[in-house]
Amino acid sequence: MIPTAVGAALKDHPFLEGVPERLLDKLSQLAFEVTFEEDQIIFREGDPSSFFYLILSGLVALELAAPGRVVTIQTVGDGEELGWSSLMSRVDKQFRARCMKPVKALAFDGARVAAECEEDHEFGYLIMRRILVTVAERLRSTRMQVLDVYSARGGQIK
Amino acid sequence: MSLALETPAAAERSVMEPVAARLASVAKETHDTFTLNLEPPEGDPVAVFQPGQFSMLYVPGVGELPISISGDPERREQLTYTIRSVGQVTYQLVTRRPGDTIGIRGPFGTAWPMKESRGKSVLIVAGGIGLAPLRPAIYHILRHRGDYNRLVVLYGGRSPRDLLYKKEFAAWGMLPDTQALATVDYGGVSWRGYVGVVTTLFRHVRMQPKETVAMLCGPEIMMRYASRELETRGIPPEQIHLSMERNMKCAVGFCGHCQMGPYFVCKDGPVFPYTSMKPYMDLYEL
Repeated sequence: MIPTAVGAALKDHPFLEGVPERLLDKLSQLAFEVTFEEDQIIFREGDPSSFFYLILSGLVALELAAPGRVVTIQTVGDGEELGWSSLMSRVDKQFRARCMKPVKALAFDGARVAAECEEDHEFGYLIMRRILVTVAERLRSTRMQVLDVYSARGGQIK
Repeated sequence: MSLALETPAAAERSVMEPVAARLASVAKETHDTFTLNLEPPEGDPVAVFQPGQFSMLYVPGVGELPISISGDPERREQLTYTIRSVGQVTYQLVTRRPGDTIGIRGPFGTAWPMKESRGKSVLIVAGGIGLAPLRPAIYHILRHRGDYNRLVVLYGGRSPRDLLYKKEFAAWGMLPDTQALATVDYGGVSWRGYVGVVTTLFRHVRMQPKETVAMLCGPEIMMRYASRELETRGIPPEQIHLSMERNMKCAVGFCGHCQMGPYFVCKDGPVFPYTSMKPYMDLYEL
């Protein structure tokens, strides 16, 4: 059983759709609710990875600093995850995460989740598989963005 | 330079003969895209079109191009076209002045399945200039709102400055049973909306896939990925429709320039069911 508000939010989150209750229980022990205000920085590029988030509401911009400008590479919102690198060892944050709208999320200590993954391989497989889906989706999106399909050249590389 | 165009009566006209239309107005949509309103002769069948069809626009002495009609199909006194200036003919079209004459042939091609979509939700997925051929379908749904269930418009663009019809798009999102979401590939700090490819918006849509008809128009790569993703999400492939773009010249299937597999895009399309296009969209040789 998952009686807490955190447990209920976990159960409803698309990232964890179809996850067995035993494993949801385990995750709920590690989760706590956080909120961020508009324009608040959740983490900066190069920060040591610490927290992993499941976003319940709001919108976060993943930003990169380029000479003379800041570029938003992607936005992530309700039903999505943020901060997958916190589950990997020796990977710092890849982007700056800034709230474009107020954000409510469930936060997890990445090191603790990673330790649980090592301990309980069924749990670890399930988490890593879902992270892989997220990373693959973002890689595919980035490839499409690199193609620049909406430009006048329509994605033709000459 | 301006060459005169004579318009024979509709009954005596061949499909290759343009009608002379007066340019009523030109409005700047973005840094490179403009919307032209043309006035054809009163009552001429050139102005009677279905959402998704296109016309051939002719600049005397310069050339002719296929351009989708982007206006309201029930406003017959004007024909509206949204044109991106990317070459000699499009440049000449968007730099014409009100009062100038432009030749029109058409309308040509197949239409969005408006009748077949009645009673269902409609999911519009547009990329870049691809919103223009879909706008008549949106107008039609809004005029006949009771005939359709939910309307969702998802729109992807290169950057915020490239998005078309910004005010109108925002207004669509405020209507009941209507959702309008835009995303861009590259956002600056002043952009407060979504950033990412248009398929990333699918997760924000609440629809019954089996009761949904999808209409897609944009770069072919975008439509290919979007169609696959919609199929994965449960929309039957026969309920997914695409507007294709190829090198159309004659618009009536004579010349063969726009052939795609067994189809001529000008005559058999531009709107096709995904089931017809699927085998050819993945072919690297086409």
